Amino acid sequence: MSLDLDFSEKNIFIDLEFEQKEEVLAFLTEELTKQGYVQAAFKEAVLEREKVYPTGLPSLGAKIAIPHANHDLVNKTTVAMAVLNKPVTFFSMEDVETPLDIEIVILLAISEPHGQIEMLQRVVSIIQDEKLTRQIVDSKSKTDILEMLKPYFYEPQKQ
Amino acid sequence: MKRVLVACGNGIATSTVVASKIRDYAEEQGVSLSTNQCKLMEVPGKADDYDLIVTTGQFDGSIGTPIVRALSLLTGIGQEETLEEIVGYLK
Repeated sequence: MSLDLDFSEKNIFIDLEFEQKEEVLAFLTEELTKQGYVQAAFKEAVLEREKVYPTGLPSLGAKIAIPHANHDLVNKTTVAMAVLNKPVTFFSMEDVETPLDIEIVILLAISEPHGQIEMLQRVVSIIQDEKLTRQIVDSKSKTDILEMLKPYFYEPQKQ
Repeated sequence: MKRVLVACGNGIATSTVVASKIRDYAEEQGVSLSTNQCKLMEVPGKADDYDLIVTTGQFDGSIGTPIVRALSLLTGIGQEETLEEIVGYLK
C-alpha cells in the first residue's frame, strides 16, 4: 500500500542552530502554520504537551524526538523534520527526568484520532533505522534527505 | 479473549503504532486479543477492565493490572523481548 502523505523538501529543515527544545518546536510549528497545515494554536499545544509528556526517544542511531499535539488543531496531516547542527536536550518519553541529546526532530501533525497509522508506522521505521538516521544527520542537502526518506514515505512497504 | 489497554500521552499517536505491533505479533503467535487506547491519565480509571496495560510514556500510578513499558516498540531496541513479555501475560 502506498502512502498518501504530503511531504516534500518544504517539510525538511536543515542546518539549524538552536539552544533549547522550545526554539525548535516554535520554529517547526510556525513553519507548518505558515504552510497552512496547522492552526496557530498548535504551537502552544505542542509546547505544553512536551512539558507534560516528553517525546524524546533513546533510539540507536541519531536520537529523535517526535513532538505532536491534538488533532483538532491540524488542518492537514503532515510531518516536518528538523535536522539540528548540534544536539538539543529533550526529555525521554519513558522517563521525564532523563535528558537526551536530540539531533532530529520529527513533528507529527495528525488530523484525526487513531488515523494515519501507516504514516506513524513509517516514521517509527525511520527512527529504528540506525544507519538512515546517521546519514540524515550527516547530510547537507534537503534533496538528499528527501531521497533517503522516499522509500519510507512514498513507496509500498511490506508490513 | 484477553484485553490490552495501550496508553500514551494523548492516546492517539504512539499508542496507535504500539497497539498495531502488539496485534500483529499476537496474531503470528496465535494469541487472541483486543486492544484499546487511552491517555496515560485515564489508565487508573480503566485498568480494572483489562488484562494488561502497555505504556509508551511514564506512568507512576498504582494499579492492580500488570504493566509493560513498551518504548522499545518505538526505538526498536529490545523490541522482540518486549513483545514476548506482552504476549507472555496474555496466553
